[in-house]
Amino acid sequence: MNELTMIEAINQALNNQMRANDQLFILGEDVGANGGVFRATDGLQNEFGMQRVFDTPLAESAIVGMAIGMASQGLTPVAEIQFMGFIYPAIDQILNHAARLRNRTRGRLSCPLVIRAPFGGGIHAPEHHSESTESIFAHIPGLRVVIPSSPARAYGLLVAAIQDPDPVIFLEPKRIYRDGKQAIEDDGSALPLDSCFLLREGIDISLISWGAMIKETLEAATLLAKKGIDVEVIDVATIKPLDINSIIDSVKKTGRCIIAHEAAKTCGLGAEISALLAEKSITALLAPIQRVTGYDTVMPMFKNEQHYMPSSQRIIQAAIHAMEYR
Amino acid sequence: MTSKDSNIGLRQYLDSGGQLVQPLPSHINHRTQLIALYQTLVITRLFDEAAVNLQRTGQLGTYAQSRGQEAIGCAIGKAMLADDVFIPYYRDIATQIQRGVLLEEILLYWGGDERGSCFSQQKHDFPLCVPIATQFCHAIGVAFALKQRKKNNVAVVTGGDGATSKGDFYEALNIAGAMSLPCLFVINNNQWAISVPVQQQTAAKTIAHKAYAAGVAACQIDGNDPIAMLIGVKQALKQIRHDGKPFFIEAVSYRICNHTTADDATRYMQQKALQEAEQKEPLIRYKKFLRQYQDWNDEDDSELYQACQLTVDQAIEHYKNTKPQADGDFFDYMYQDLPADLAQQKQQFLDDLNRHE
Repeated sequence: MNELTMIEAINQALNNQMRANDQLFILGEDVGANGGVFRATDGLQNEFGMQRVFDTPLAESAIVGMAIGMASQGLTPVAEIQFMGFIYPAIDQILNHAARLRNRTRGRLSCPLVIRAPFGGGIHAPEHHSESTESIFAHIPGLRVVIPSSPARAYGLLVAAIQDPDPVIFLEPKRIYRDGKQAIEDDGSALPLDSCFLLREGIDISLISWGAMIKETLEAATLLAKKGIDVEVIDVATIKPLDINSIIDSVKKTGRCIIAHEAAKTCGLGAEISALLAEKSITALLAPIQRVTGYDTVMPMFKNEQHYMPSSQRIIQAAIHAMEYR
Repeated sequence: MTSKDSNIGLRQYLDSGGQLVQPLPSHINHRTQLIALYQTLVITRLFDEAAVNLQRTGQLGTYAQSRGQEAIGCAIGKAMLADDVFIPYYRDIATQIQRGVLLEEILLYWGGDERGSCFSQQKHDFPLCVPIATQFCHAIGVAFALKQRKKNNVAVVTGGDGATSKGDFYEALNIAGAMSLPCLFVINNNQWAISVPVQQQTAAKTIAHKAYAAGVAACQIDGNDPIAMLIGVKQALKQIRHDGKPFFIEAVSYRICNHTTADDATRYMQQKALQEAEQKEPLIRYKKFLRQYQDWNDEDDSELYQACQLTVDQAIEHYKNTKPQADGDFFDYMYQDLPADLAQQKQQFLDDLNRHE
């Protein structure tokens, strides 16, 4: 068992699955000799050769379109889009084709591919490198959208994504790529893609989050415990399809819910979770649901990004408000 | 054709009067072979006419006609091997028919039923592609997979002249060249992107010139000449199987019909240009050729038309007698396994349906 950071765990999962499946191919910009700009594919071209790990020309739509063609003929492509901010030229391919190929051919062809992309703010990156637009993809029928929040979950969820028979958008919270290590058994074990992870049990408030924001959420939970507020923390992880039942069960227990995400507020996934809670368990609520999110502004450049991203303090404030609500 | 050669000559065997402008090569001069090629053109034309009639009588949805462009698709279908993979755009029923897609399946598709793309006889070809030019990117991925398989197969992708304005076209062409992928691009230059003539779409001298920038060998073929098309596609496939590099064909034709049944081409197409194009269309031309060189007579012709019409009529009967999809079928193919939340929505849908019945 090795102690790995999230980026190392991702690399390990890719390596493991390339050994397990000789039809697995990695494609993208700078994934070869360079090993990816964050080193997610470091060493893979050396180990598996230039046929199986290859640099494409700089063309995001073609990267995804090509992966669709490969997947349709029985290969398992794992495509990297260098930053989520540059995935938009490929949206046509993702929405119109990857998400629909199985349905349009009534199962004759399918699209078992993974599109990996680093996302989110907090690393003082240039313009267009820090957005969180995961709900664009969560809106699209036919996709799975998966976001890890720790090295171990990155490993197990990526293995699962690669083995999944349908297209998976795998969004990597780059702020926590190198934020701490976890012991990981490189045994190719997959984690489920249809359920949330309960990270901390509590009876007073349910804190719902995913990705890098889990860090602030857990911090807030620790600090709230000191104030005598017993917080439950749920990592949604697979935001599409959404395991709402686990969230409902938690809220039925606590009666209070706060959803924290980096993405802009309007039509963020928090809106969907709020709506589902209102539809299915409004009588369990002792206080209004609160969303602690990014603002409906453009993600500021890095001089101001700390003001945009939800802090543990904002989560704590919301929790106190929920506890005091009469 | 080298990149120094900026004058791309239009390859032709039959002039518009059906006269041979150069002798037929020995591999394509047998009577049965030449008549079989004619049969593909006729069945495509009769199917196309039947589909328009079905649409006009409310029995089919909007349909993209292929009238006047049959030679391109039939040649592709005839030239490809079974294990090659065809990645079509939406005006490609001619090739689909030759690839084993059933006529009733094509009708199902245009009749608004996804089962039309679940080909019973054709397992690996792509369905018709509606979003313009996106199919070129799939084709390079298919070509990559075929290259891995090492059985010398080729991905054949088609598009219209309009599609060559889009980024996906250039991205795919560039990667095909850079990665040396076994991919044949065939552009049906029918002169119109709905209402915009090709002269307004590009300053490139020909569409084939666009391949040069990507380092992909290209040629231009008379797309109304079934023989030139068949020989051209066969040669291109042979060359790709030999050197593993992509190839590009611009097939020059003319859309002697509306863009789709929802279109009215009289709003933008000059009557005179249309009449001129109709003089050059492939079926008339090919029939003249068969008359002159193969003793084809009116009786032969009407027999062939009757046989093809019977096939089309039978397909229409099959189409009309196809049972509707099971209720809620449209939920079942979103994922391999229906996720819990979607299973709930399906159940809700079925409950609502029963309540209202």
